[in-house]
Amino acid sequence: MPKRTDINHVLVIGSGPIVIGQACEFDYSGTQACRVLRSEGMRVTLVNSNPATIMTDPEFADATYIEPITPEFLEKVIDAERPDALLATLGGQTALNTAVALHERGVLEKYGVELIGADIDAIQRGEDRQRFKDIVRSVGGGVPESRVCNSMDEVRDFVSERGLPVVIRPSFTMGGLGSGMAHTHEELERMASLGLTESPVHEVLIEESVLGWKEYELELMRDHADNVVVICSIENVDPMGVHTGDSVTVAPSMTLTDREYQHMRDVGIDVLREVGVDTGGCNIQFAIHPSTGRMVVIEMNPRVSRSSALASKATGFPIAKIAAKLAIGYSLDEIPNDITEQTPASFEPTLDYVVVKAPRFAFEKFPGADTGLTTTMKSVGEAMALGRNFTEALGKAMRSLESSRAGFWTVPDPEGVTLDSTLDELTNGHDGRLYTVERALRMGATVAQVHEASGIDPWFIDQIAALVELREEILAAPVLDAELLRRTKRAGISDRQIAALRPELAGEYGVRSLRHRLGVRPVYKTVDTCAAEFAAATPYHYSAYESDPAAESEVARQRERPKVIILGSGPNRIGQGIEFDYSCVHAAMGLRAAPDNGGSGYETVMVNCNPETVSTDYDTSDRLYFEPLTFEDVLEVVHSEQASGTVAGVVVQLGGQTPLGLARRLAEAGVPVVGTPPEAIHLAEDRGSFGEVLARAGLPAPSYGTATSFEGAKRIADDIGYPVLVRPSYVLGGRGMEIVYDEASLENYIARATEVTPEHPVLVDNFLDDAIEIDVDALADGTDVYIGGVMEHIEEAGVHSGDSACALPPITLGRQDIEKVRRCTEALAEGIGVRGLLNVQYALKDDVLYVLEANPRASRTVPFVSKAAAAPLAKAAARIMFGAKIADLRAEGMLPPQGDGADLPPHAPVAVKEAVLPFHRFRTPEGHGIDSLLGPEMKSTGEVMGIDTAFGQAFAKSQSGAYGSLPTSGRVFVSVANRDKRSMVFPVKRLADLGFDVCATAGTAEVLQRNDIACTVVRKHNEDPADFGAPSGVETDGDRDVIDLIKAGEIDMIFNTPYGNPGPRVDGYEIRTAAVSRDVPCITTVQGAAAAVQGVEAAIRGNIGVRPLQRLQATLRGDRSGEIR
Amino acid sequence: MTAQAPAALVLEDGRIFRGEAFGSEGSCFGEVVFSTGMTGYQETLTDPSYHRQIVVATAPQIGNTGWNDEDDESQRIWVAGYAVRDPARRPSSWRATRTLQEELRRQGVVGIANLDTRALTRHIRELGAMRAGVFSGEDVTDDQRMIERVVSGDRMLGADLAGDVTTAESYVVPARGQRRFTVAALDLGIKSNTPRMLAERGVEVHVLPLSSSLSEITAVEPDGVFLSNGPGDPATADHAVELTRQVLSRRLPLFGICFGNQILGRALGRGTYKLPYGHRGINIPVIDSDTGRVAITAQNHGFAVRGEPGEHFDTEFGRAVVSHHCANDGAVEGLRLLDAPAFSVQYHPEAAAGPHDAANLFDSFVRLMSEAR
Repeated sequence: MPKRTDINHVLVIGSGPIVIGQACEFDYSGTQACRVLRSEGMRVTLVNSNPATIMTDPEFADATYIEPITPEFLEKVIDAERPDALLATLGGQTALNTAVALHERGVLEKYGVELIGADIDAIQRGEDRQRFKDIVRSVGGGVPESRVCNSMDEVRDFVSERGLPVVIRPSFTMGGLGSGMAHTHEELERMASLGLTESPVHEVLIEESVLGWKEYELELMRDHADNVVVICSIENVDPMGVHTGDSVTVAPSMTLTDREYQHMRDVGIDVLREVGVDTGGCNIQFAIHPSTGRMVVIEMNPRVSRSSALASKATGFPIAKIAAKLAIGYSLDEIPNDITEQTPASFEPTLDYVVVKAPRFAFEKFPGADTGLTTTMKSVGEAMALGRNFTEALGKAMRSLESSRAGFWTVPDPEGVTLDSTLDELTNGHDGRLYTVERALRMGATVAQVHEASGIDPWFIDQIAALVELREEILAAPVLDAELLRRTKRAGISDRQIAALRPELAGEYGVRSLRHRLGVRPVYKTVDTCAAEFAAATPYHYSAYESDPAAESEVARQRERPKVIILGSGPNRIGQGIEFDYSCVHAAMGLRAAPDNGGSGYETVMVNCNPETVSTDYDTSDRLYFEPLTFEDVLEVVHSEQASGTVAGVVVQLGGQTPLGLARRLAEAGVPVVGTPPEAIHLAEDRGSFGEVLARAGLPAPSYGTATSFEGAKRIADDIGYPVLVRPSYVLGGRGMEIVYDEASLENYIARATEVTPEHPVLVDNFLDDAIEIDVDALADGTDVYIGGVMEHIEEAGVHSGDSACALPPITLGRQDIEKVRRCTEALAEGIGVRGLLNVQYALKDDVLYVLEANPRASRTVPFVSKAAAAPLAKAAARIMFGAKIADLRAEGMLPPQGDGADLPPHAPVAVKEAVLPFHRFRTPEGHGIDSLLGPEMKSTGEVMGIDTAFGQAFAKSQSGAYGSLPTSGRVFVSVANRDKRSMVFPVKRLADLGFDVCATAGTAEVLQRNDIACTVVRKHNEDPADFGAPSGVETDGDRDVIDLIKAGEIDMIFNTPYGNPGPRVDGYEIRTAAVSRDVPCITTVQGAAAAVQGVEAAIRGNIGVRPLQRLQATLRGDRSGEIR
Repeated sequence: MTAQAPAALVLEDGRIFRGEAFGSEGSCFGEVVFSTGMTGYQETLTDPSYHRQIVVATAPQIGNTGWNDEDDESQRIWVAGYAVRDPARRPSSWRATRTLQEELRRQGVVGIANLDTRALTRHIRELGAMRAGVFSGEDVTDDQRMIERVVSGDRMLGADLAGDVTTAESYVVPARGQRRFTVAALDLGIKSNTPRMLAERGVEVHVLPLSSSLSEITAVEPDGVFLSNGPGDPATADHAVELTRQVLSRRLPLFGICFGNQILGRALGRGTYKLPYGHRGINIPVIDSDTGRVAITAQNHGFAVRGEPGEHFDTEFGRAVVSHHCANDGAVEGLRLLDAPAFSVQYHPEAAAGPHDAANLFDSFVRLMSEAR
C-alpha cells in the first residue's frame, strides 16, 4: 500500500515541556516525523510549547505553533490551519491525551480532521486496564489478578480477599505517576487515595503483586497490511517493582530461551492485533516468574514511547520515522532500511552487541524526597552504552552517568557497612543498586544470596561476580601485562577504575600511557540492525575492546572534508538538558552546511551517550559515536578520527558542563579545541581571575569572598552584610546554593555542605535583595559582539535563572538599561576573549548593573532566545568557532544584516519562558509532598514558551503550557511575608476588581482590608482555631484551615511568599505542597503575582490567538529590513 | 574470567581469528557460516541442517540459559564446531539442567570463544562461506599447517550429506488427540518440532529414512508426503528428487521445507545454486506474492532454487509459481503447483528457533490433504 494521496496537510502534536517520564525522546521522535512528512511533500503544522526542541525550529514545519498543548489552543490552530490529518502518536502521553480530548469534544469531526497512526477505540482499549486485561486473556495471555476500583471501599474489599502486597496504578497518568506498591494497610490507604486523586477519571487498578518477577518489554510495529515486527526486546536488570524508566535495562533480552522469547513475541503480536493499534509503534511490558516461568502481560503503550527511543538507538531501527511513514499509508516492506539501504524495514533487527541503559537521578535537588525506587518514575535522565558484552556496556553506561561514582571501585565504600546491611540494602530498588550488588559480592555474598535479596537474575549477578574476581586479579598481578589489561578493558573497566586499584600507576594518565604503550586500544564497531549480515551505509559507531590484538575497526577513511567533532551533553539532569542537545545539533547542521572548504562544509562527528536526543540520531551528523563523555572515551574517539583523517577541531562549548569540563585536559593532550580557549573558560569560572576581568572593565559585581571554614565565611558575611548567597565553587544549575539571612543559618549551611576544604572552598556573595535579574546570550568573534537577546526575569534575583520565568524583550527595562547591558556584555566578551557564545547574568538594583556571572558557553536559554529573537545563535557560534566573523554571518543572512537581539523593534512579539517543576513526582518517605519553594538551587526539569503581542497574553500562555490555565474567576488565597505586603496590595486589588473572591491569613487580610479589599480570613494550618488573631468583625472560614480549603478544591490561585527569614516555614510548606497536589497555581514571588494578574486579565479578555512562529519571526526580521530601507 | 587454552579459527583463504578454547579441546573442520539469531542456540546446535558446518553466533552472549532436556531438535549436536564471543560462566533459567560448555564437552564438540566474531562475520559476508577449521589446546600448531589441514577438507558445494543425518529406522510420531491424517515424512535431517507441529494438528507422522522407496512410502497409506529440511548440496539429492517426482505423479499432497523446497524445485525442473553466504537467522522477511504480506521467518540455507519473485512457469506436473521470496535479496522462498496439491517453502514454519509467523503453513498442508480426500 503506497502513500495515501488524500492527505496533504498533517498536524503533528509534540509533548510539551520536559518532565520526569516524558523527556526529549519525543523531540527526537517528533523531529523525525516532521522530516519524513515534509520529505513526502506534505504540509506540516506543528504544535509544541517547548522552545528547547529541535522540532520547533521554524525549518522543520511549514507552520510551527509554540502554543500550549491544550484542546482549546489546538482547536484554534486547527481552525487557522485546517489540516487533513492529525498525527499524535509521536508526542508521548500528552499528545495522545490531547488527541483523545479533541475527539471527545467533537473538534476533529467538526473540522474533518482524520486521526492517523492511532485509533481512538484502540487507545482506550490499550489504556483502560480492565478492557486491556480482558483482551490479553482473550488471546490466551496471562495477566496479574486485579480489580479496577473507583473508591477506597472497593480497594479494601479486594485486599481483604487477596492480601498484601498489592500494586496501585491510577488510570490515565503518565510515567506511572501516583502508582506504587503497598506492603501495609497504612501504605494502602495513603497510596490508593492519592492514586484516585491523581487519576483524571478517579480510577485505580489494584493488582496482584508481581514484585520480584523478571521484567521485559517488547517494541513492536504494525502496518496497514497487518504486518507486525518486533524491533527490540528489553530486559530489566531490576526486577518488577522498579519503574522501567528507573531500572537498569539491557537489550536484547539476556535470560530467555527461544521458546520463552517466542511465546512472549506471539502474545505481544496477538495483543497488538486484538487491541487494534492502527499503525506505528507500540510497547508491551511483560513479567515472568523466575522459577515457574509463568508469563503475564503488564501493560501496553499504543504509541512511540521512551522505550521506543531507546530501542531505536539500540538497534539502529528508527521507529518514529517508520511510524510516520506507516501513518501516511506505506507498508513496512515498502520502506527501505536506511542503514543497509538494500533491505526493507519489514524485518526484525538483530544485534551483535549488548546495550545497557542506566537511569540518572537528581535526589540531591529535592532534600527530604524518598530515594527508594518504586513503580513511579523518579529519574530525570538516562545514559545508554553499547559494548560487545554485558559488562563492557554496563561499565560504559555507569561512567556515562557522570554521577559521583564513575564505575565500581572509584569511591570508597560507605562507612560502617556490613555484609548484612548490604544485603538488606539490596531488598529495595535504589540509585546505584548494582554498586551495592558489587559490594555484597566483594564482601563475600554468594550469587544466590544476592539474588535472594535483590531479585536480580543470577546471570547478571554472576557477570558482576566476574568483575569482582577480575578485581582480585588486577590487585594481585605483579605487573599489568597486555593480556590482563586487554581482558580488563574488554570487561568494561575504565582507566580510572584500574588506577583506583593500582595506585602505583599514578592515576588515569599513567594507566592510559601504559595501555597505549602495550597497544591496548579500542576498536570501533558499527550499529547496523543486522549483525553484519549486510553492509551498513550509516557510520553509527561504538567502541569495544577485543581480545585479539588484530581485531577490526570499522571507521571508514574520511571523505575530502575536514572533520569537526562535537561533544554532546550526556544524560539529562536538572540544569543540563535538552537545551544543550539543541545547541549541539545546531552546530552539526550549521557546520555541515557551512560555505567553508570550498563550499563543501565540514564532516560532522557527534559524540554523545543520551539515547533520548536528536543528536544521537544517526541522521543528525555525518558520523555518530555512541560513547561516554569521559576524558578517556573522548580521547580514544579523537584518536580514531585523527587516524582516519584530519580533525579540524573539537567543539566543547555547546554541550553544557560535561564537555566544558573536559576542555582543559583535552587541550593539554593536544586535541584541537576550538572556540573560546580553555584558559579563557577557566578565567571566567575562577572567581579571582574573573574579578580582575571585571575590575579592568570597570564593571561592578556583588562583593564576595572565598572561605574554607565557617569562621572564614562568617568574617566575610559580617563584612559584606546579610543576606548572603553561599555556594560551592564550580557548579552548574546552582547545586548546593543557598541564601542565608543570619549567622545561625550560615553555620548550618557549612555544617551540611559535604566538603569544605581548601580544594573545595565555599563562595560567599552579597545577595542583592529585590534586584531585577537579567540574562543575556551573546555571540563574540573577537571583533564584534552580537547580542542574541536580553531576558528579564519575572522572579527577583535569588531564584535560579533556570527556574525563573523570563520575558524577551525585557518588559520593564528602558533603552538606557539595555544599552548598559550591551556595553557590559561587550566589555566582558573582550575581557574573557570569547569566540562563540557568552551568557551573562546581571542584577539591576538601584540603577547599578551588577555582573553575577559570565559563562563563555552555550546556555540553557540559547534555543529560547534563538526562537524569540529569530537568530540561530548556536549555528552562528559553531561557525564563529571555525573562523567566521559576525559580519560574514550577517552577509550570509544567517544573522540579520543590522541590529541584534538587544534592539528588537517596538512591536516585536513578547516571549515568556516559564520553568516546569517536578515537585508532584516526589514524596518524603512518609508520603508527604516535598517543598515547592524556589531558591538559588535549580529544580526545574523543563520549560515552555508563550509568545504573543503583549506580555499578559504571553504570560498566560506560558502558564497554560506549563501548569494548566490561570483561573479567570474564583477565589484567590493570599499569604505573604511582611516585606511583601505593600507590593501585594495592587495586584490583589486588581484581582478583586476582576471579580475574584479574596481570602487571606490574618496578617495579610488586615493590610488588604485597610486598602479596601474585601476578604475573608482563613486560619493557618498550625493556628489554634480558637485564637488565630482574626481581626474582629471580619468574616472567617469557620473551622476549616487553608489546607482544608485547598484540598477541597475551593481555592483557585495562591499568592504565598516565604516569610523572609528561613526556618521551619511550616505553613508555607504545607500550603505549597497542598497546591502542588491539587494543581492550583501557586505564585511565590511578588513579581510573579503581578505577572499572573496580567495573564488573568488577558485570559478574561479572551482574545488570546495563535500565530505560527514563521510569521512571528518574519515580523521580527521584516521590521529590521524596514529599518535598513 | 581466567585464561583458557588458546584456540584459532582458520579459514581456507588463510585468515586466522584467535580466541580461546570452548567446549572440547581438539580440532574440527567444516564450512564456516554465521547465524544471526539472538535466541535458540540449543535448537541451532541440534539442527541436522548444520551438519558439517562451523557455526558462528553473531549474538555475543551465548549460553545464558544453559542447556535443558526439552529444546533439542534432534538426538545430538550436529554442528561441526561452534564459534562464540562471550560464553556464559553460569546459566540462568528455571529449565536449565546443565551448562552449554558441559554439553559441548559431553558431546565432544570443539568450539572457540572470545574471538572477534563480528570481523569474522564481515569476512564471510564479503568473501562467502568457506572451509574452515577450529583448533584449540594442543591442536593449535603453526599457521601454515593449520591452513593445510583446512584446505584438505571437503567443500560444501557438491556435498551429499542428508544420508549422514537421516534416521536409520523409520518411526512414528502419533497424532495428538484423534488421528485425522497420516503423513509420510522423508527424513533429510528433520527437526523434532516438525512432527510435533503436525501431531498437534491430528497428523500421525511416519518418519522414513532417506533411502525409502515409493512403495515404502505408500505402505504407510499416507494422506500426504512431507520433505524435511537437511544439510548439503541439493544438487546431489537425486534419489529424493526422483521420489518426489513419483509422489507428484500420484498427486499425493506434498509439502516441503528448506532442503525439501530445493528437492521440489529440482523435481519441477529448476536448478539450484549456492548463495554467497546463505540465510541463517530468525529475522528474515519473506513476502507472499499472492497477498503481499510479510512473514518474519527462521531460515538456515546455503543453497537456493533458481527463479524470480512471483514467476509463473510450466512443469510436467502443470503450472507452478514462485509463491514466496525473500524481501532482502529476492531469493526464492517458496514454490507452489497450481494444478497439483504440492507446495514448499525455503524457510522453517516449524521455527525452533525462531518466530511462529509461518506456522499456518502446516494448516495449509492439512487443508490440502483434506481437500484431496
